[in-house]
Amino acid sequence: MTLTAPTRRAQEQTRRPRVSTALTYLSLVVASLVVLLPLAVVFLTSLKSYGEISDGQGALALPDDWLNFSNYATAFNDGHMLQAFGNTAFILLFSITGTVIIGSMTAYAIDRFDFRFKKLVMALFLIATLVPAVTTQVATFQVVNSFGLFNTRWAPILLYMGTDIVAIYIFLQFIRGIPKSLDEAARLDGANSFTIYRKIIFPLLKPAIATVVIIKGITTYNDFYIPFLYMPAEDLGTMSTALFRFKGPFGAHWENISAGAVLVIVPTLVVFLFLQRYIYNGFAQGATK
Amino acid sequence: MTRTASTAPPPVPAAEPGPTGKQPSRHRARSGASWRDRPLRKITPWLFLLAPLALLITFTYVPVGNMIYYSFTDWDGVSPTRNYVGTENYTEIFTRPELFRVFAVSFYYLAASVVQIVIALYFAAVLSFDLRFRNLFKGILFFPYLINGVAIGFVFLYFFQDGGTLDSVLSWFGADTDHAWLGSPESANTSMAGVSVWRFTGLNFVLFLGAIQSIPGELYEAAQLDGASRWKQFRHIIAPSIRPVLSLSVILAISGSLSVFEIPYIMTGGATETSTFVIQTVKFAFQFNKTGLASACAVVLLAIILVITWIQRRLVPDEKVDLV
Repeated sequence: MTLTAPTRRAQEQTRRPRVSTALTYLSLVVASLVVLLPLAVVFLTSLKSYGEISDGQGALALPDDWLNFSNYATAFNDGHMLQAFGNTAFILLFSITGTVIIGSMTAYAIDRFDFRFKKLVMALFLIATLVPAVTTQVATFQVVNSFGLFNTRWAPILLYMGTDIVAIYIFLQFIRGIPKSLDEAARLDGANSFTIYRKIIFPLLKPAIATVVIIKGITTYNDFYIPFLYMPAEDLGTMSTALFRFKGPFGAHWENISAGAVLVIVPTLVVFLFLQRYIYNGFAQGATK
Repeated sequence: MTRTASTAPPPVPAAEPGPTGKQPSRHRARSGASWRDRPLRKITPWLFLLAPLALLITFTYVPVGNMIYYSFTDWDGVSPTRNYVGTENYTEIFTRPELFRVFAVSFYYLAASVVQIVIALYFAAVLSFDLRFRNLFKGILFFPYLINGVAIGFVFLYFFQDGGTLDSVLSWFGADTDHAWLGSPESANTSMAGVSVWRFTGLNFVLFLGAIQSIPGELYEAAQLDGASRWKQFRHIIAPSIRPVLSLSVILAISGSLSVFEIPYIMTGGATETSTFVIQTVKFAFQFNKTGLASACAVVLLAIILVITWIQRRLVPDEKVDLV
């Protein structure tokens, strides 16, 4: 979508755009600085010693030793980051698998079948998107508690699985694009509905699955509210809650807290750098449903 | 129950969906009779919907129902007994001004969302043209949205700290401030609304950019041939095509600023009058064991959000509501 100026106006246009182009770049650079500066400072701080922080040089001073990783060791060990990483990975694995299976099954049933109360079922899913999860946790807590799932990793797993309507929408949109003739051909060959779902629909959903896995993965990794509410036990920290609790005992030790924050951010950065394209599309689709 | 589905090797290469006419199944052709069987055919969709509906009802509808029920009781969340107290909880919310005042904090975040949408629009418009380092800028602007909320909270605690990042930057420009950014209610709320802009602009930006880039290029070319300026192109080509996304962003902004939780909870714990309605509700429920009152608060918030959504659907009829 290049906007080359048409030739007849080329001459008068060359000068004005130069100024506006410069201003455009200036605004972009300023915005980038605003985004990056807070992060960069935290990274610098994570490499400093406590002495360097408290001697009043200011937050922007460079660290004396660029290879001082001792704060990372402190954050990693005292913040129980390894355990948090394990818990987060466990929750991610099950909730993502569950979301993909459940979402695609729902979409398959809704798109490929006509049945009584179909409108009602769809309305149930549609209305549920309007209910903000933060508001209902007061009562959801009691439900989870009555199942005896409080303080287990299954509480967040079930909640993430059960309330992901965005995933259903993404699958639904994609399934509509899969020609029904594929189903019918298989049916003539004697395949039953489950076989069709498993062997035809599911494999063809791959791009949608990738989208759901990325969105779900990042939002689950970042979620704080649910693990905070349902898993207060010390050994059940996730990346979010472990970092949150780490700040308590290390109140003023910003070098340690910064290292902890960097440890939590780095996995996201790595994923982002490798999967950029999918992430943009995924979140755009997810938000507009 | 259907875990096998995820592990089964895909027998069909994931071709782009299209009328390729592949014969996907290698099964010997049985008669299709079993499928045509009425009862089986009737229950098949329900078998697929069993687990999803069970989860949906257990974790969305049962809580909403219970919440409405609790809101009429004085339950503390633990004891086996609860008394019906009528609308007492609701009366308390609407008559104790300090309970309702927390909504004032939402205005900071609402104002922030306006700023956020304007900034996002500007950068989406700018970056829809071919620029150098376009992808780099796009990535930088979007990245904050992906960062863990707790990490963001800590990054900005340090940012606003006495002698922290912000003070250091300001001292470069000669402004020696001794301002405690999170010290007074006004300043703390403004600062944290700023954090919310920093965090969420990226999402709006990517949404707008996607909408703008889906406009066919010929439209611009035609407009340019007619001598339309960039501003006119924006007004008459770009603006109309992003209206659905814009209205979505507005509704997200409103319901988002009513249910702010993470940033203030992590950064100040709701101190210095930065408590939001959700923080207050969570405290009632899980610190003061006032499940009844907390439920009433949650019902009020839910009702407000539903009303706003309904109004938006009336004002901007059926854009993107294409479930069926």
